Amino acid sequence: MSDRIREKLNILADAAKYDVSCSSSGGTRKNENKGLGNSHTSGICHTYTEDGRCVSLLKILLTNHCIYDCLFCVSRKSNDIKRAAFTVDEVVDLTMNFYRRNYIEGLFLSSGIFKNADFTMERLLLVVKKLRLEQNYNGYIHLKTIPGASDELIKEAGLYADRMSINLEMPTEAGLKLLAPEKNHADVIKPLDFVQKQITQFSADKKLIKHIPKFVPAGQSTQMVIGATPESDKDIMYTANAFYKNFSLKRVYYSGYVPISNDTRMPILGSQPPLLRENRLYQTDWLMRFYGFKVQEILNDANPNLDIDIDPKLSWAIRNMQHFPVDVNTADYKMILRIPGIGVMSAKKIVQARKFGKLRIDQLKKIGIAYNKAKHFITCADSPYQLKDYQGTQIKAFILAESKSKYLKTDSNQMILF
Amino acid sequence: MTYIFDGSLQGLLSAVFEWFERRPGKVVLQSTEMFQPEVFAESFTVITDTIKADRVWAGLQKKLKKEWLRKFYCSYLSEIPEVYNHLFQFSIYIFKHAAGAESNYGNEHVIALSKYAKSVEREKHRMEAFIRFQKTGDGIYYAGIDPDFNVLPLISNHFKNRYADQQWVIYDLKRKYGLHYNLIAVEEITISFTSGASKQNPASELMDENEFLYATLWKDYFKSANIVARKNTKLHVQHVPRRYWKYLTEKELP
Repeated sequence: MSDRIREKLNILADAAKYDVSCSSSGGTRKNENKGLGNSHTSGICHTYTEDGRCVSLLKILLTNHCIYDCLFCVSRKSNDIKRAAFTVDEVVDLTMNFYRRNYIEGLFLSSGIFKNADFTMERLLLVVKKLRLEQNYNGYIHLKTIPGASDELIKEAGLYADRMSINLEMPTEAGLKLLAPEKNHADVIKPLDFVQKQITQFSADKKLIKHIPKFVPAGQSTQMVIGATPESDKDIMYTANAFYKNFSLKRVYYSGYVPISNDTRMPILGSQPPLLRENRLYQTDWLMRFYGFKVQEILNDANPNLDIDIDPKLSWAIRNMQHFPVDVNTADYKMILRIPGIGVMSAKKIVQARKFGKLRIDQLKKIGIAYNKAKHFITCADSPYQLKDYQGTQIKAFILAESKSKYLKTDSNQMILF
Repeated sequence: MTYIFDGSLQGLLSAVFEWFERRPGKVVLQSTEMFQPEVFAESFTVITDTIKADRVWAGLQKKLKKEWLRKFYCSYLSEIPEVYNHLFQFSIYIFKHAAGAESNYGNEHVIALSKYAKSVEREKHRMEAFIRFQKTGDGIYYAGIDPDFNVLPLISNHFKNRYADQQWVIYDLKRKYGLHYNLIAVEEITISFTSGASKQNPASELMDENEFLYATLWKDYFKSANIVARKNTKLHVQHVPRRYWKYLTEKELP
């Protein structure tokens, strides 16, 4: 029995790993009736894989049998790989026993589509219901919404899951059509929209009636594959921005494409995944969500792609030198956030600390700003007097000269595919 | 002038009380353990007094929000020798100034406390993440740890709330005390280990019959979740520093 379960776990964990989300944050579930588990507000990464990604959840497919043939997916119908399927009890047993040993924060359950969408969604629902109702399990559950599943099933699943997600796969409809002719963005948008409306409805009801059950308390997320199709960074981030706005998503994930197919429409096997580009996209995502940048400021027709050698915040500053230098002792919080080398925590500390007296360089360093980067863009109580106004390009050269990119060794620019 | 105290939190708070009673001017606080007598420096040994300590703590509670009381306590738990003087100076600074003085990040003691507290909170979070329970034959889930800072008091509630339906023991091997949850409450325990017994990994005959299977499945899972094409050892080690590997089931050699 143990050999078979090991084999299944290997196959179905391997097939699930290309879903990059492993977040366990945003949950609000408490441990009720002395059961097992609860949510941790900020989530916990229990370990990290050797590629440096967080492992928070037991991320598995219920099965890797699939009726679809999407080129970018390892589980595609035409791919000659080993297939397997867990029983409901096997998934429940693994989750409970991993959780009890503090290996994981919870379960991330996804599945290939077998027979049809409803049949698959029903099986996923069986697992989560058994965990919640029979095992008294209050740990985190991230459940995939199966495109095309009926509203009733999705609504029921939302009562037990903490987060639901459904992947856009490709940033544009054209890209998706190229690699997965059977799919379209509308199939993704419909359930995203449905779940979002339910979340809004439930939280509105909650204000009136106390005993309303939770509905997807940690919200929804989605994922796009980067570098398999020829979209620009602008295309990608504009799509992400629209989805954040329209469906109040908690996260959009960008997954650098890891070549898994010989098809001529895709990057060849063995080529490096675009890790640096992925990193720059996440930086842009953060600037949009936490630093008050509009996506149009960072990416536009004049700059459709992000700089590879410097981060997008520095890149924006260099293009907009008219805003600098900023006096950190007087500027408002929003402007301080825009200074390269100053993050959210430091910006908050600066705004609090300057009430007690004008801040000096040594204090700024202690607060924790990246002074060598920030010094080109700020003035403070004891800034050295500067006669010369440097151009953006000169500042860029200074910063590049004294910093060493962690990517230099493995630097592989996005390949030209088309 | 040097104040010397016994290293306890109450001793530290008593020292603050003594300072305000005597107003001796500039004073450095050291624990007995770290104190090195100097020829020309005066020193004064603070006697720990719970009543005085409680009064100082109550005073801090009036002046500081919960968030800062926690930073204060966390910094204390770091057990770093320099932290005691920072806590002492911070207290004096807070009492001498109007409410809100703790947000002066230009003050060296404010910034020091916020840094020590951050390190301790990080260690606490790492323990919540990296502790691996092993199920013993009598159904108790056991984990032996040796954290950089004394974080057991900080993680107790997390594990109590989460693992409410299983008995567990978390043992600090460095500080030689542990927590035992008996399905009702958490109590402090000390274990006398048989000499030669591994404290990290109890002997396999003491284990639950399925322990080995789940540990193996977890190791398999850890391997399967890795994407070889994205290998990034530097990042991996940054997130899981080597000193924690001994805790981790998935990092055990086969």
